[in-house]
Amino acid sequence: MTDQTSLKYTAEHEWVLVEGETATVGITAYAADKLGDVVYVDLPKAGAVVSGGAIVGEIESTKSVGELFAPLDGTIVESNADVDADPSLVNSDPFGAGWLIKVNFTALPTLLSFDEYSALIAE
Amino acid sequence: MTDPEQRPETDRTSPLHQIHVDGGASFTDFAGWQMPVSYGSDLAEHHAVRTTAGIFDISHMAEILVDGPDAGAFLDYALAGRLSAIATAQAKYSLLLNPEGGIVDDLVVYRLADDTFFVVANAGNRYAVVAALAERVGTFDVLVSDLSDDYALIAVQGPDSREIAKAAAGITEVSVPLDELRYYWSTDALFEGLPLLIGRTGYTGEDGFEFYIQADAAARLWAALTDAGQAFGLVPAGLASRDTLRLEAGMPLYGHELGVDSFPVQAGLGRVVNLNKEGDFVGRAAVEAGPREGSHVLVGLTTEGKRAGRAGYSVVTVPGADSTLPEPVEGQAPTSVTVGTVTSGALSPTLGRPIAMAYVDPSALESGSQLYIDVRGTRIAASVVDLPFYKRDKK
Repeated sequence: MTDQTSLKYTAEHEWVLVEGETATVGITAYAADKLGDVVYVDLPKAGAVVSGGAIVGEIESTKSVGELFAPLDGTIVESNADVDADPSLVNSDPFGAGWLIKVNFTALPTLLSFDEYSALIAE
Repeated sequence: MTDPEQRPETDRTSPLHQIHVDGGASFTDFAGWQMPVSYGSDLAEHHAVRTTAGIFDISHMAEILVDGPDAGAFLDYALAGRLSAIATAQAKYSLLLNPEGGIVDDLVVYRLADDTFFVVANAGNRYAVVAALAERVGTFDVLVSDLSDDYALIAVQGPDSREIAKAAAGITEVSVPLDELRYYWSTDALFEGLPLLIGRTGYTGEDGFEFYIQADAAARLWAALTDAGQAFGLVPAGLASRDTLRLEAGMPLYGHELGVDSFPVQAGLGRVVNLNKEGDFVGRAAVEAGPREGSHVLVGLTTEGKRAGRAGYSVVTVPGADSTLPEPVEGQAPTSVTVGTVTSGALSPTLGRPIAMAYVDPSALESGSQLYIDVRGTRIAASVVDLPFYKRDKK
């Protein structure tokens, strides 16, 4: 179980786990609940160059479409093939098996802390 | 009575609200009501209704009583159908049109007695329907009463719904045994001694029943139905699954497929308008004249893959392009022409492929041109199919 307090967050409801120069990115449980059952994900391929704040993927539920924003500049190292095959992982384990992309980042922007993100979604 | 215009519906909650909170529901605003959107998994709720049963709180719906010696004649004038022709206990799907032939609301009307009808309207159109009916009373000897605040409405839908309804504790004095109750007929009954109206009606494409009960007894009825349903795998179901269920069943949703700008015939509801009935009715002249030439018509579309066309997306053709051509390269793409708009769409949980309803230019349909849905910049080829997308096996 991922320790959610150690993760960084964005206002677009992504979580970011920083390990060395690699950031693992997923959407928060809050975002997954809001979306409803995820039925399709469209994730960037390994090697794709992404820039922070840009839309790099889509997460579709039965009722709506969520956009995946790259939280930072970098290159996609891997996208989660398990989620591609079984999108419901985003609902069942958003902070774990439901991760979406790993990014080799060039610079680490200022992200939200757990407390800051918790305050944001409590509004 | 309060002026309807002065009463915006905001943050209204159903008499069953606390049950939904306790059941872990997430909520959505629907026509000013905070209603359950799902209790955890909208997909699981959808599949439960198709395979066993689901229970829905649809207390936001509006109930209007039309009572008096002229009730039948009045509704023949006020609505598009011939309501005077239905029998006591029978129900009928109908439309309330404006004089221009546009759809003010779609309704289900139950005849409770010779002179008494029960009109069920969409929550968002409650005041428009009440106002239109009141305005149309004229010299008819009839009383129109908005009883929406007095009633809760619970729907049990799915192949096991009949057995669940029969097993529910506290339901007695059922005039027509539920085994004999036909589709779109109703029966009166009692729940814990209180009046209960049960309709064999619904909005999911499955067999099912709708229970009209006074608001303060709704929580106990919900509990009785839920208890009876446990053995069958009954689950509470929210508006998200209700939407995908009705979409698969090809049923229109007001504000998506229906609106004041659409004529019944455009929505495939020409049969709901009875032009053979005697006398005038509101919207008759406009319906007889018909919509303007080339008005878009509602069709069913399916696409390959998993990406669904959603409400508001464009339906396009690509003039000069052969349907077998690969997706045109960016920058070299032939100009596409918008020929329609998606009104509802989702990845069908039952069928496993994207489905959508859309208003499309009839000339594009007649020409046989390949249609595409513009899914956020990607053109996805769409096939026109007959509605409904899903039809249950009748046992």
